[in-house]
Amino acid sequence: MFEKILIANRGEIALRVQRACRELGIKTVVVHSQADTEAKYVKLADESVCIGPPPSRDSYLHIPAIISAAEVTDAEAIHPGYGFLSENADFAERVEKSGFVFIGPRPETIRLMGDKVSAKDTMKAAGVPCVPGSEGALGEDPAEITRIAREIGFPVIVKAAGGGGGRGMRVVHTEAALLNAVSMTRAEAGAAFGNPAVYMEKYLENPRHIEIQVLADEHGNAIYLGERDCSMQQRHQKIIEEAPAPGIPRRLIDKIGARCAEACRKIGYRGAGTFEFLYEDGEFYFIEMNTRIQVEHPVTELITGVDLVQEQIRIAAGEKLSLRQRDVVLRGHAIECRINAEDPYRFVPSPGRITGWHPPGGPGIRVDSHVYTGYFVPPYYDSMIGKVLTYGDTREQALRRMRIALSEMAVEGIQTNLPLHRELMFDANFVAGGTSIHYLEKKLAGLQ
Amino acid sequence: MDLRKLKTLIDLVAESNISELEITEGDGQVRIVKAPPPPPAPISYHAMPAPMMPQVPVAPAPAAPAPAPAAGEAAAAPAVPEGHVVLSPMVGTFYRAPQPGAEPFVQVGDTVSEGDTLCIIEAMKLLNEIEADKSGRIKAILVENGQPVEFGQPLFVIE
Repeated sequence: MFEKILIANRGEIALRVQRACRELGIKTVVVHSQADTEAKYVKLADESVCIGPPPSRDSYLHIPAIISAAEVTDAEAIHPGYGFLSENADFAERVEKSGFVFIGPRPETIRLMGDKVSAKDTMKAAGVPCVPGSEGALGEDPAEITRIAREIGFPVIVKAAGGGGGRGMRVVHTEAALLNAVSMTRAEAGAAFGNPAVYMEKYLENPRHIEIQVLADEHGNAIYLGERDCSMQQRHQKIIEEAPAPGIPRRLIDKIGARCAEACRKIGYRGAGTFEFLYEDGEFYFIEMNTRIQVEHPVTELITGVDLVQEQIRIAAGEKLSLRQRDVVLRGHAIECRINAEDPYRFVPSPGRITGWHPPGGPGIRVDSHVYTGYFVPPYYDSMIGKVLTYGDTREQALRRMRIALSEMAVEGIQTNLPLHRELMFDANFVAGGTSIHYLEKKLAGLQ
Repeated sequence: MDLRKLKTLIDLVAESNISELEITEGDGQVRIVKAPPPPPAPISYHAMPAPMMPQVPVAPAPAAPAPAPAAGEAAAAPAVPEGHVVLSPMVGTFYRAPQPGAEPFVQVGDTVSEGDTLCIIEAMKLLNEIEADKSGRIKAILVENGQPVEFGQPLFVIE
């Protein structure tokens, strides 16, 4: 087992990884920008290294500084968290070449899944159902592009191969708008991801976002740990997640889960990962795989009792998975609300000093947050300041506990999306369960 | 004077701002003097061992200990002398000389021009020469040879 791990991230996930390390008796080195010098987890770390000025590009994305920090502190392994460099295959490769263990999949796997076209091809070959679409990246020939769209059937969605996480996509409803949409998405993709390749898929009108959590070790073992329903999204960003997914028969989940575990074995996957699907009319359609720990991982932890971050560390240390598929038992229901420092309805970020932080507590409440009273939320990074989770024996109990928790919670000094969450916990359709990924947008736009 | 009365008087003096009380009653005389309180002990922060760090700190907590080569905790760093401070532009290991055993680039008291090499910072097997961004006299060297440095760490003071 490692003696020292470098945490190459910030915010709540840095604290999360630190907690997992401390429980395992592993020393932590936390790298941070000048904007995060006063962070709670920096103060709690065994060692900390300032790696650059506030902008991410010069700090959390600055590979030489991070590897250098690992060198001077004699860290053995690097945990990349989520976002930043966690799915950067070049980073994973340089970490390994420099003699450190990258806590995540092999660089080749990250590369394979990072390209959304090759990811789909790999999944198809592994027997995982995909959204009907262009077989690979779109060429330049307009006639061919139109033919593909007609075959798929409108509406279609044009997506950047190098994109993901909701970025670099455009919906096309009519043939008249098709070619323009493809050129625009291509141009954006080239600028944003350095890769102008785009592909096309059938656009599902009312799908739900259902994802499968997997764990795989280096000994050929791979398991799935149930599903998460992440359909409550605003601008393609998840804000509420829950598990299990309401109203989806267990046997359908088990069937798709087994396929995902098999795919992991086939591609030699290592570590924690998530297969993301669109689910409509009883069918699952693979959209992408995230080769990292995800923001909403605690939802799965609450209903399985498995510490996913510790499993990541164990897998990276060469150990076998601590449980077999039949040991995975889902119990109860969990809901997560992401707390963002932003205007609750206009979504304008609200950085600044938190003058009062009053988190909820009590049975079945879990709060994952790095902030504290007096903490200055920096303007340089994403706006999420914490996650509030509730667990219940039933979905109703988890919902009730969330309503109580949100009513107790108060954040002063900055704006947060707490008011929106409070409203959503009483939204009739959300309470009924099974809303699509378009539901929240429509509701906020006042159409529903 | 009975004991109860005496106790009441003592309490009175203790609770009030009176420093001295003298009472004559009949042929009895009592003088009670309050000793000045000791000066308040200066508030000192104790470095707590990292594993014992408890709850959420209201203000940034004092430096975590651990024999960390990477200095960076404000409480642990010594005060920087007056003058122009040259900060480290990168994370790495600080060396005073171009190679082991060679003469250091600069000593305290040397005069340097802008652009002169002051030290080397080794990062990822590459040796980076750090140049003076100001001309003047080396007033202080704040890092030891071979010590790891982080971004923004004070290295030299030039006056």
